[in-house]
Amino acid sequence: MEDKEILIVPIFIILPIALFFLSFLIGRYPVSPYEVICTLLSPIFPNLAVSQTVTTIVFQIRLPRIIAALLVGACLAMAGAVFQGIFKNPLASSDLLGVSNGAGFGAALGILMSGSGFIIQLFAFIFGIISVSITYLISQAYKAGGILVSILSGVAVSAFFNALISSIKFVADPMEKLPEIIFWLMGTLANVTHDKLIMVIIPMFIGFVILFVLRWHVNLLAMGDEEAQSLGLNPSRLRLIIIVAGTLLTSAAVSITGIIGWIGLVVPHMVRMVVGPDNRILIPASLSFGASFLLLIDNISRALIAIEIPIGILTAIIGVPLFLYLLRKGYFQWA
Amino acid sequence: MNVLDVKNISFSYDKEKIFDDISFSVEKGDVISILGSNGTGKTTLIKCINGLHKIDSGDIFIRGQNIQSLSFREISKFIGYIPQNHDATFPFKVLDVVIMGRAPYLSVNNLPKEKDTKIALSSLKTLGIEHLKDKEYTNLSGGERQLVFLARVLTQQPDMLILDEPTSHLDFGNQVKLLEILDELAKKGLSVVMSSHFPDHTFLSSNKVAVMKEGSFIDFGKPEDVVTEENLKKLYDIDVKLIDIEDGRKMCVPLKSNLKLDYEFFSR
Repeated sequence: MEDKEILIVPIFIILPIALFFLSFLIGRYPVSPYEVICTLLSPIFPNLAVSQTVTTIVFQIRLPRIIAALLVGACLAMAGAVFQGIFKNPLASSDLLGVSNGAGFGAALGILMSGSGFIIQLFAFIFGIISVSITYLISQAYKAGGILVSILSGVAVSAFFNALISSIKFVADPMEKLPEIIFWLMGTLANVTHDKLIMVIIPMFIGFVILFVLRWHVNLLAMGDEEAQSLGLNPSRLRLIIIVAGTLLTSAAVSITGIIGWIGLVVPHMVRMVVGPDNRILIPASLSFGASFLLLIDNISRALIAIEIPIGILTAIIGVPLFLYLLRKGYFQWA
Repeated sequence: MNVLDVKNISFSYDKEKIFDDISFSVEKGDVISILGSNGTGKTTLIKCINGLHKIDSGDIFIRGQNIQSLSFREISKFIGYIPQNHDATFPFKVLDVVIMGRAPYLSVNNLPKEKDTKIALSSLKTLGIEHLKDKEYTNLSGGERQLVFLARVLTQQPDMLILDEPTSHLDFGNQVKLLEILDELAKKGLSVVMSSHFPDHTFLSSNKVAVMKEGSFIDFGKPEDVVTEENLKKLYDIDVKLIDIEDGRKMCVPLKSNLKLDYEFFSR
C-alpha cells in the first residue's frame, strides 16, 4: 500500500495542475503556451504582457471558466465520495440523494425572487439541506429496506423538487427570468464570472477543509452506526456535520453552474478502482480527479463544436455509459 | 474493583418488556457466556451493557463509574464490541479495518499515526493473522473475518470484550479455536462477556454462565453448576443429556423429542 501511494499521490497532484495550464490553449482564439505563461505572470511582471486581447482572453474569459470547472468538479466528486461513505451506499451522490434538485429548486427560487448571488446561494444551501434531510429520514423510517429504499427515497425527493422547479418555471417571467432559469438548470460553465466565483469560494473552502479533516472517520461511519459508536464516535452528530459540509459544497456548485449530474456518482467509483476504498486517500483523490474530469469535459465541449453545449448535458452523455460500464463490471457490490 | 457491575437493569422496546431486573458482575479475567433461546433478549442486553441502547431503569457501572456519565469515547476505551452481524459495504483492507480500533484515542481531526499502525499490527500478530493485512476483509472466510474484528477490538486496548454470538458464523473447528483464543486473552486479564447458542462451549471457555429465559436470568454461576439437564430443558424445551468427557468437560446431547406434524392440513 505504501509503495502504491508514493506513485499515486503525485499523479493526483499533477493532473489538475497540468490540465489547468493546458486548458488555456483551448478555444476559438489561438493562444500559444508561451503567451499563456507570460500573460499569467504579467500581474507580477508587467513587462511580460503579450497584448491586451490575449490578456482579456486569458484573465476575463478562460481563467474564471477553468477555475469554475475545477472547483465545481471537485465539489461534486468530493461530496459524492463522502455521501457514499456515510450512507454506506455506493449509489449515493448529490444527484441521487435529492440534494442537487433541492439546491436547484432553492437557486431557481432565488433567481425568481431577487437574482442576487447571495440569495441564490443561501436558498440553494437551505433547500439542499432540506432535501437530504427528507431523503435520510425516509430511509431511516424504512430501515429494513437498506440501500434500495434510500435510493428510492432520493428518487422521490428529486422528483418532488423537480416538480417545484417546474412550478417556478411556470410562474417565471417568460421574457427574462425563464430563459435564465432554464439555461442555468441545464448546468453551464459559460456564465461564470469573477464575482460569482468570489461568492462561492469561501463556502467551498469551508466544505473542503471539514471533509478533508474528517476523512478517516468516514471509514468508521461506513462500518455502520453501531460499530462506529462502539469505536467511540457519536455517529449521528458526525454524520450531520458531514452532510452539512457535503451539502455546502453541492449547493455552492449548483448556485454558480446549475445542476451538473453524474460527476458525483461516477468519479468516486473511478477513483476507488485505482486507490481502493480507504477514504483517507479516496476523498482527496476524488477532489483532484473530479476537478480534472469536469475540466476535461468542458475542454472537449469547447474544442469540438463552435456552439456552447451546456455541460450538464455532456456530463450525462459521458457519465451514463461510464456508470453502466461500472455496473456491468460488477463494481457495485450492493445487492 | 469489578470491571463491570450491572444492577437491576430493565429495557422495553415499544412498551414490550425485553428484559427485566437483571444483575450481575464481571471480574477481571472472567469469561461469561449468556445462554438463551432465540428472541429472549440476549442481543438487546448486550447492546445495553455496551451503551448502544439506553436502559429504562437500573444502573450499569464500568470500573465503578456510572455508564450514563461516560461518553461513547470513554466507554469505547473500556469495552470492545463485536456485533453478531456485519453488513459490509466497501472492501477495506484488513489493516485499515483493524486500525479503526484506534479511534477512541484519536480526536476527530486526527488520522492514525505510525504508533497506531504498530498497535494494529501487533494485534494482528497476536492472533496470527498478520499475513492477511493487505487483503480485502470482504473476501475473507467467516473465521478469518471474525479474527479481523477481534484484532480490531484488541487494538482498542479495552478491559472487556462484549461479543454477540461470536461463533455463529464459524465452522466446527473455527468455533473451538475462537473460544480458545478468548480463553487465552482472559488469562492475560481481559474480561469477556458473550452470548452463545452452544451450551457445550461454556465448558470450553467460560468460568461463569448466565441462563436467560424470557428476559430474566434464571440461573447464574459456574458452568458445571448451571448448565444442567434441567436448565437446558427449561431453555430450549427439549430433553438434553449431559455426558462427561475428559477433565470435567461435558457434552450436551439433545434427545429426539418425537415431534409430530399435523398432517390434517398437509397437501402435496
